[in-house]
Amino acid sequence: MSRVTQTKVRPAGGLAPLEGRGHRVAARTRSGQWAAWAFLAPVAVYLLVFYAYPLYRNVELSLRNYTVRSFVQGDAPFTGFANYVKIFGDATFGPALWHTVVFTVVSLAFQFGIGLALAVFFSRNFRLSATLRALFLVPWLLPLIVSASTWSWMLNSDSGVINVVLGAFGIDPVNWLTSPDWSLWSVTIANIWIGIPFNLVVLYSGLQGISPAIYEAAALDGAGGWQRFWKVTFPLLRPVSAITLLLGLVYTLKVFDLIWIMTKGGPSGSSTTFATWSYRLGFGNLVPSFGPGAAVGNLLIVMALIFGLIYIRVQRRQAHT
Amino acid sequence: MRYWKTAIGLVLTGVMLFPVYWMINVSFTRETDMRKSPPSWFPVNGTLEGYRAVLDQQLPYLGASLVVGLGTVALTLLVSAPAAYSLAKLRPRGGGVLSFVLLIAQMIPGIIMAMGFYAIFLSTGVLNTIPGLIVADSTLAVPFAVLIFTAFMSGIPEELLQAARTDGAGTFRTFWSIVLPVSRNSIITVSLFAFLWAWSDFVFASTLDQGGDHQPITLGIYHYIGNNNQQWNAIMATAVIASVPATILLIIAQRYVAAGVTAGAVKD
Repeated sequence: MSRVTQTKVRPAGGLAPLEGRGHRVAARTRSGQWAAWAFLAPVAVYLLVFYAYPLYRNVELSLRNYTVRSFVQGDAPFTGFANYVKIFGDATFGPALWHTVVFTVVSLAFQFGIGLALAVFFSRNFRLSATLRALFLVPWLLPLIVSASTWSWMLNSDSGVINVVLGAFGIDPVNWLTSPDWSLWSVTIANIWIGIPFNLVVLYSGLQGISPAIYEAAALDGAGGWQRFWKVTFPLLRPVSAITLLLGLVYTLKVFDLIWIMTKGGPSGSSTTFATWSYRLGFGNLVPSFGPGAAVGNLLIVMALIFGLIYIRVQRRQAHT
Repeated sequence: MRYWKTAIGLVLTGVMLFPVYWMINVSFTRETDMRKSPPSWFPVNGTLEGYRAVLDQQLPYLGASLVVGLGTVALTLLVSAPAAYSLAKLRPRGGGVLSFVLLIAQMIPGIIMAMGFYAIFLSTGVLNTIPGLIVADSTLAVPFAVLIFTAFMSGIPEELLQAARTDGAGTFRTFWSIVLPVSRNSIITVSLFAFLWAWSDFVFASTLDQGGDHQPITLGIYHYIGNNNQQWNAIMATAVIASVPATILLIIAQRYVAAGVTAGAVKD
């Protein structure tokens, strides 16, 4: 997802490379190739028109000096990397980069930690465990706008339930969404909540893959529960953990809806990430600056693709071993 | 001892789902109690005025979302099922490259696609139209759909297809009468997810349909928050209704997601 944005589980991503080993070698006849490509043609055309072309337009946007008028007429002057120079020199660049890093790292650390703890907990099958595990999926399936607006109201300074609960412990009300000190933490908390189910599901299935015999052997050798976790579960889970974290990283980098709906990147830019900055440049102002917006977007794409390629590499390697 | 764990599990689930409960609770809260301190923990003096407001104001948005969702499902299936059949069974030259491109395509942030689409839609005149939004939303689902279908169709026994060929069925006939019916469960899985993602989409809706006559429910909620931020029961009531497809998915897909991922469903 998107959604998690878009932290959305893509189970097939983990499966597809595994397939194909079972293929029987069929003769690649000429007519067979025609038929094969006739079936592939729709998706090939689709990828060219609805993926490649928008991405090309985006690169083109970032290399020209577009105004609203030239956007419609299409005669914007070519300015090379001027838009990129402009965003690197922009006062928003440093903070946006920092916020993106903090948001991503803190989200991932907590999503993964809590997800792993819950996965271990749920792997001791107890009464109702399957049902409760299914219920944990709810935050992940809800439309982001629903989660974001619910959290907005819960974090409301005056009437929000979070401040009421904190007040019961004698903590003064916090201006979660309206104070520059707290806005980034607020959206991070909401994002952690949304990402926990994904981590839980993937790590749980990873735990299922560990043979109970190994635990029995460890128990016979006198390993306690805590030791069993750190010496057996954690190392054996490392491949699945790598996949979970990398995929989570790619999806957290693109989170936009949540932040935009809760804080619009504010107040005064205190929760602006690359994704919301790009949107604000392109769509958020009365006078759009498409060029710089597209340039920020392309930086984001490069970041996502670097980690995406690492993910695919790690996954391929695991599929082959 | 075993009930201990169930008790802890119930508490954890309760904490996790508290925001969902709170959304439902607020949706029934009276306007006058909204800023009461402390808030009512249960909707004791519940009201339906929030839901009445939804019926009055949000039905067109819900209708648009339904059309967009169904359109996205149709387009996604149309493009991805034949491609997956080819990748899984027909061994096209260059198929590996295409699978790789699809894997990469999933990772492109939606906001970047939105900007490219905006430029294209503006010049072709499909900006602020439902078909334009359907096309954009389908990009969320097509790579996922091809990968799921390919994984599933690879599990269809070669003997089954061979038998069809022996009976004189061509490639298309085999696809239409054998492969598609056998893949029913994965079709349901893909459809449910494609619908849910289109239904939940905010990025494309807010960039490509901001000035449209027919706007989806995500924009309905967004305008609500922007315009009358006093009427939180109506906002939360809309949110509750917007969550219905997700709930249905959770109940039905429990079975079909598992069925789609484990390719053992060939039996039926």
